[in-house]
Amino acid sequence: MYSFEPSEEQKMLVDAINRYAITDLRKQAHQAEEDNQLPIPLVEKGWELGFLQASIPEAFGGFGERSAVTGVLAAEELAYGDLAGAMAILLPGLFATPILLAGDDAQKETYLPPIVEAEWTPYTSALIEAQFDFDPNKLNTVAEKNGKGYLLKGEKIYVPFAEEAHAVLVYAQYGGDTQGFIVPKDTEGVEIVERQKVMGVNALPLYKVKFNDVLVPRENRLGGEAGHDFAPILDASRLGLAAMAVGLSRAAFEYARDYAKERDVFGVKVAQKQTIAFMMAEMVTEIEAIRLLTWEAAWMVDNNKEDASKEAYLALTGAMDMAMMVTDRAVQILGGHGYIREHPVELWMRNGRGIATMLGLTIV
Amino acid sequence: MIEFEMPKPIAQQNYVLKTVADNMMRPVSRHFDEHEHEIPWDYINFMHMAMRATGAGSLAPRERPKDEKKEEKPDEEKKKRPPIAYQMLAFMLETLSWGDVGIYLVTPGGGLGSAAVEAAGTPEQKQKFLARFAEEKPTFAAMAMTEPQAGSDTSAIRATAVLDKETNEWILNGEKIFVTAGHKALLESQGFVVVWATIDPKAGRAGMRSFVVEAGNPGATVTKLEHKLGIRASDTASIVMQDCRVPFDAMLGSPEIVTKSTKGFKGAMATFDATRPLVAATGIGVARASLELLIETLAAQGITIRYGLPRQKLTNIEREIIDMEVMLRSAWLLILKAVWMADNRKHNPMEASMSKVRAGDVVTKVTQKAVEIMGPLGYSRDLLLEKWFRDAKITDIYEGTGQINRLIVARNIFDYSGSELR
Repeated sequence: MYSFEPSEEQKMLVDAINRYAITDLRKQAHQAEEDNQLPIPLVEKGWELGFLQASIPEAFGGFGERSAVTGVLAAEELAYGDLAGAMAILLPGLFATPILLAGDDAQKETYLPPIVEAEWTPYTSALIEAQFDFDPNKLNTVAEKNGKGYLLKGEKIYVPFAEEAHAVLVYAQYGGDTQGFIVPKDTEGVEIVERQKVMGVNALPLYKVKFNDVLVPRENRLGGEAGHDFAPILDASRLGLAAMAVGLSRAAFEYARDYAKERDVFGVKVAQKQTIAFMMAEMVTEIEAIRLLTWEAAWMVDNNKEDASKEAYLALTGAMDMAMMVTDRAVQILGGHGYIREHPVELWMRNGRGIATMLGLTIV
Repeated sequence: MIEFEMPKPIAQQNYVLKTVADNMMRPVSRHFDEHEHEIPWDYINFMHMAMRATGAGSLAPRERPKDEKKEEKPDEEKKKRPPIAYQMLAFMLETLSWGDVGIYLVTPGGGLGSAAVEAAGTPEQKQKFLARFAEEKPTFAAMAMTEPQAGSDTSAIRATAVLDKETNEWILNGEKIFVTAGHKALLESQGFVVVWATIDPKAGRAGMRSFVVEAGNPGATVTKLEHKLGIRASDTASIVMQDCRVPFDAMLGSPEIVTKSTKGFKGAMATFDATRPLVAATGIGVARASLELLIETLAAQGITIRYGLPRQKLTNIEREIIDMEVMLRSAWLLILKAVWMADNRKHNPMEASMSKVRAGDVVTKVTQKAVEIMGPLGYSRDLLLEKWFRDAKITDIYEGTGQINRLIVARNIFDYSGSELR
């Protein structure tokens, strides 16, 4: 059957995240952006809401089962607070979720419990490369097999928390496929080149990282000797990002709505002008449409439907356009005030443009 | 639980209707497009027979004979099955419109007229007016709201209803245009038209009421059939009422609303909450037909769509088609949510209007792009793409234009009344 009603458990989780998003994340987002740094207690508080912990089975230290639907609900709500904060809170998932999805038993037993049983600890992954037509299925970073394991060669950008991370899951091309390789901190040949400056999400530290013939032991190939299918990881990344785009857009929409209802113009409220009202009607319709597409894709992933990957791809494709459309209009509706950094909409617009290029910065 | 599993009855229904679309609609699509005002009786008679037999296409749980009721499953089991009547209908309309939306629009049964009776009528009125659809001959009903000078601004209608206290009859006067199936309701069957009129021209919306005018009423005359851009198999009638007398209880709703109130008008609007997503669904059917034919035609030339690539690596055609799929699927999901809410008796005016806004946009874009991408083939009447382009456009116009629905969505967003956001 069809249902658009989250379960009671999901509603409770979303409510808890929503409170945190409003009272904590949103309040500190501006300063964090200006400081290029997230307060760690803020991230820890978000981590304690327990989303990732609840998606890892008890056998590996968690207390639940992974659900992509729950994941997109949680990701939307976090990003409703702040995109950089949302990505930071879910950061350990960049490492843990692919291991849950594609790792062998030894990898799950080794890596998952220390992550989910601890306080927020940076674990990350490295996917994106510096190319205008970056394609996660055609990586330039390569893995070469040798007698001792695999040698990683290449350069990654936008690796969140690379400097601080205890381990990084590096994606590289091996035999024509994208494969993950677990690289612990301080492995020889890993070179943190620099912290990168980008248009938005400046509170989230992103690094350029070089892999100079990094030797990865055989057992550190994700999925073990046989490797793994990359598609489920990509699907989950697309879903997470699409959901975050929805949350971000919803934040921008609501801010513009409240502003338009407050602000006087020609003797009425801005919101009473059809030209603004229609823009808002289109924004909310767009957001709801893409939210439902994301939900459906997540449900298809959870239920192993044949077209799940395609649907997740469509959802993210729609989400890129939605995020840009909605955040741009939010700035426009605030007029000159929208351009001033005291209002959050310009940051959301910068973050909104990022959705098209952030595949790999989050996963649910 | 959030779920997207198609219920079995819907899957079965889709399967059957796809056959109807393939065999009874597509083969005659072009014919009825080129022979405007010719009536597709084969389709009508077939559908009438089939719907009578299966109860398909009905919103209301049908009154069954008592002995049949006894055999129903115990209450416990019944409760477990969630209501899906509106969802069934949305899928039905989508699939039939995928076949041919113009022909779908002449499907016998209540249409908008019945929906109005369903939404605003008393149990007695429902019994009196709706029973006819189960009879042997196909019967039609229509809704008459628009007038030459009043389209979207429904509160500006001028048709009047005056109570003749001596005979206890309403006397209707005025002209209605754009009445879908009005000709078939009054002249080709023993149907009816739900006519909107005012009992107090000074009262604006508070004076609006709806009246059932039945076939054979000498006061109601079909004066014109429109020639249209698309949906040509569907008749669009003008109806003039000249001292058209109807019984007192032909006014929908309880007699108390004879006193001034906006209930009557709200009744009409409530009808739209239910029907807008359904109309949106018909547009999606047309657009899906276009997109599928486009993809098939490209595939026949060796062009397949490479889903999963970054946009920067896609060809322009791939990008267009992927965008169309995003638009179409997300628009459909808005519809599905709106009808799911209707099934579960959740208040859905905002969702109904959002689904209509999105569908109106999307189906016009998709069908227009399909013609563009197919170049000279798309523009030719050899294929149906150009017809679907013409058919789809009405989605953004009838049952509330895209602009009216934007207004409704915006009023909901801002919690504004009609006077606060005009």
